[in-house]
Amino acid sequence: MTDLTKLTLASALDGMKAREFSSMELTDAHIGACEAASGLNAFITPTFDLARDQAKASDERRVSGTIGKLEGAPLGMKDLFCTEGVRTTAASKILGDFTPPYESTVSANMKADGMVMLGKLNLDQFAMGSANETSCFGPVINPWRNGEDLVPGGSSGGSAAAVAADLCLGATATDTGGSIRQPAGFTGTVGIKPTYGRCSRYGIVAFASSLDQAGPIAKTVEDAAILLESMAGYDPKDSTSINEPVPDWRGAVGQSVKGLRVGVPREYTMDGIPKEIDAVWAEGVEWMREAGAEIVDVSLPHTKYALPVYYVVAPAEASSNLARYDGMRYGLRVEGENLADTYERTRTEGFGDEVRRRVMIGTYVLSAGYYDAYYLRAQKVRTKIADDFRQAWESCDVLLTPTAPSAAFPVGRKINDPIQMYLNDVFTVTANLAGLPGISVPAALDGNGLPLGLQIIGRALDESTVFKAAGALEKAAGFDAKPDKWWS
Amino acid sequence: MAEPKNGVSADDVRKIARLSRLHVEDEQCGSIAEDLNGILAWIEQLDEVDCEDVVPMTSAVAMDAPMRQDTVTSGNIRDRILANAPKTEDGFFVVPRSVE
Amino acid sequence: MTFIAPRVADEKDWLQGETGPWELIIGLEVHAQVASIAKLFSGAPTAFGAEPNTQVALVDAGLPGMLPVVNKYCVEQAVRTGLGLNAQINKFSRFDRKNYFYVDLPQGYQISQFEHPVVGEGEIEIVPEGGEPVTVGIERLHLEQDAGKSIHDLSPDETYVDLNRSGVALMEIVSKPDMRSAAEASAYVDALRQIVRALGTCDGDMEKGNLRADVNVSVRKPGGELGTRCEIKNVNSLRFIRQAIGYEARRHIEILEAGGEIDQETRLYDTVKGETRTMRSKEDAHDYRYFPDPDLLPLELSDDFIDRIKADLPELPAARKARFVEQFRLPDYDAGVLTSDKATGDYFEIVAQKRDPKSASNWMMGELFGRLNADEIGIEDSPVSADALGGLIDRIADKTISGKIAKDVFSKMFEGEGTADEIIERDGLKQVTDMGAIEAMVDEVIAANRDQAEKAKDNPKLVGFFVGQVMKKSQGKANPQAVNELLRSKLGL
Repeated sequence: MTDLTKLTLASALDGMKAREFSSMELTDAHIGACEAASGLNAFITPTFDLARDQAKASDERRVSGTIGKLEGAPLGMKDLFCTEGVRTTAASKILGDFTPPYESTVSANMKADGMVMLGKLNLDQFAMGSANETSCFGPVINPWRNGEDLVPGGSSGGSAAAVAADLCLGATATDTGGSIRQPAGFTGTVGIKPTYGRCSRYGIVAFASSLDQAGPIAKTVEDAAILLESMAGYDPKDSTSINEPVPDWRGAVGQSVKGLRVGVPREYTMDGIPKEIDAVWAEGVEWMREAGAEIVDVSLPHTKYALPVYYVVAPAEASSNLARYDGMRYGLRVEGENLADTYERTRTEGFGDEVRRRVMIGTYVLSAGYYDAYYLRAQKVRTKIADDFRQAWESCDVLLTPTAPSAAFPVGRKINDPIQMYLNDVFTVTANLAGLPGISVPAALDGNGLPLGLQIIGRALDESTVFKAAGALEKAAGFDAKPDKWWS
Repeated sequence: MAEPKNGVSADDVRKIARLSRLHVEDEQCGSIAEDLNGILAWIEQLDEVDCEDVVPMTSAVAMDAPMRQDTVTSGNIRDRILANAPKTEDGFFVVPRSVE
Repeated sequence: MTFIAPRVADEKDWLQGETGPWELIIGLEVHAQVASIAKLFSGAPTAFGAEPNTQVALVDAGLPGMLPVVNKYCVEQAVRTGLGLNAQINKFSRFDRKNYFYVDLPQGYQISQFEHPVVGEGEIEIVPEGGEPVTVGIERLHLEQDAGKSIHDLSPDETYVDLNRSGVALMEIVSKPDMRSAAEASAYVDALRQIVRALGTCDGDMEKGNLRADVNVSVRKPGGELGTRCEIKNVNSLRFIRQAIGYEARRHIEILEAGGEIDQETRLYDTVKGETRTMRSKEDAHDYRYFPDPDLLPLELSDDFIDRIKADLPELPAARKARFVEQFRLPDYDAGVLTSDKATGDYFEIVAQKRDPKSASNWMMGELFGRLNADEIGIEDSPVSADALGGLIDRIADKTISGKIAKDVFSKMFEGEGTADEIIERDGLKQVTDMGAIEAMVDEVIAANRDQAEKAKDNPKLVGFFVGQVMKKSQGKANPQAVNELLRSKLGL
């Protein structure tokens, strides 16, 4: 029998439909792969028993003719999605023992569609990081190696690594500044952050509410479309959820891009970016042109301000969102001499360095006397960044950019230099600020044999065009490299 | 800019830490201040942008607030509310004494 | 709050100190709980008195990933109240987070409206007891969440937290510093209470804390520069508001006259000791770091939304009072009492229908309120309905019974013995109007008291004695007017 873990989600769903194998067989194969891959540290909480129960139930449903969109597919869940009865930690000590008595809307949608959940995937603590090194459960190791351990990107590092290493057929992830797309770029996988409001935030541990958006990391663009169709949808429990139907995105993949206007933003050419990145980008432009797209030179003049805006807005919101972790009603409590002491001990021990750093920055930029200078100004520049895109859409339909300014880097390399770390999100963060859909597609290997991704950004709610363009890019790139299976 | 940006002092760090309910050792304040100042200096490139008459963007979706009906859809889930509590008694959360 | 206070208090309201008179400046922040079934941002119930933590939705406990969705009814009630306060309704408003840590604040922030409240400036007229009407400006009204409840007396060294109130919708109504005496402040809160009750937006129950006031007090030399103010938190009765202001004003004056300075601070009123004391010290000053709540979108109210609420607005106490004076020719005082709450006004309008309004008013303010107060019963639960009281008044009007007998009948009605007609019939109380019968009794009485009859010619006051005798003979049923007239003619008066 072929190795079931090598399948794409689409082919696995087809295979189960054709009764070539059962969900139980597929799930067992993936559990085997997961067990052999503990060295990657992709999972915080494996749920193999639950997965087997779900696989069994799925196979029974199939007999009775009920077949959901994700029926029987073994998938991974970023440990930022609350899952009823399954520990949800946000990779933090403060929620290290937290078991939600409720289910996030996204995971509930996937359950309803027949998902088999293999476990909760590692991430940067509270999704704050770009290398998956801030997890209090240890870093995730990228399946791709270059003589030494590399980071998988972050914050959805566990999701990206698990998909790249064929531990699951796809995984959920979240993206606040690039946390789906950058790790997808670092691991040769596909990751899409849909339009803000497409996926409900209900039950996702919040980092920065106006930026957080869930999406999948998958092996192919088509798989990403299948997953997103299940994850997305209007949810009255989230006030920022958009009440629009979920289109047939899977059908958009493979459509011709003839006549599609692809914008190439000149400001995404930056000093200090490796030549290889620019070269892959140029190649991507050629691929799109050859596929019949029209290439348009566009300008997004405020691009360079996106990261500084992000590092005001995101910490500000986070400082408030994380105030609830105070040891009173759930989570870690470190008893002190009195209430004030208990608060401080709990939060100081419960949060890691990067989380504390961002909470302090956020507190500072919102504090009396600094609000206007930092927070209000950042919100205004955010408006200008969104306006840049509105301008651009007058002359193009999608934008093509690199995903990240580098390939995966060694574990420990940047962890002590916050700004260097923050620069990882330079190409992805604009889409979060403007609320636009963005997808990363693996394009090529660099000189060291590491994957590089390209990003397509589209108009709000126009994921269909994004999937169409990404499908064309994927086809032209013909990226089929897989990492050597050194971990098992 | 109307706001003075003199940088974060060790005292500011103490104040921010207090507001954030985070503990910082006195000897850490200086290095944290330096750390924050590095980030804030980088953030201050935003001062270059002309923001005259620009409306601040508070949300990525341009909609009004959806509203719920005034009906009871939750409650009577005390077990779930208290399930993860560090300490409970008689249906209450029990926390360190909050008054003298 | 823009702190401008142009009006100078009446001299009668000045407080005398060692150094001369002082003037009180008072502004209030009233928290009125919206009379909604569910909370402001969750579907948990708001009913009073439930077991701890049984009226808590996941979002009310601040659990990770839980999100608020605003209750439309609460927004409507805020707008409705705003209209009742003759205030500007802001079509654009927004929810902000007020960040601070407290054990009964589960999210670590309170969702409130800071920069863009749903209701802007307005004004209401109040009439302080024994004073002239005063216009009090409304600064704003905004919606916000209530916090949970901390209980400190169940354990000596721990605090117990009940989140049933967490997330309950409050309207914070901020006045301008337009009040100059404790009586004005108390009249203002009373007026607000009447307005929200008439509108049905808040039940106004101060005992349950459903309407409570934060009182800002400062003193100044009359017309002079404003002093530093102190905020007295959570005062929950009109009497305590007056007492707290009285105490606080004296405290300010004493400090200032001793050459001291007032610390701007938050204080609590100790109802047992009758004094205020510091609640928070300055060193623990808050920096609330307000910012727009990214989990919620702005409220954008259409004209249609506001107009529909406007069209549905009931008559407010002030307007009703004016109408009672105009339509029923009631004295100002009566109209004020009868419109002090909606149920009383409704009761009156039923009683006064096609009857003499002044009789209706007298009966309500006399017998009815007397009995209701004595038995601590609300007018809604009165054993004598408006129709029943009307029936009794009809029997007086058609002279079936006298006013005096009517009081006895009323008392029996109150005890649940039946309608006026039933009791009159049962007890044979029908007034004797047969002139022949009355005349016979008058003659008998005069015949039995010849001497007195002679004396009455010089001393007409003695007629009262004869009336009494005749009434006694008739067991109170003779028409007193007829008796009087007959006696006067027979005695030659």
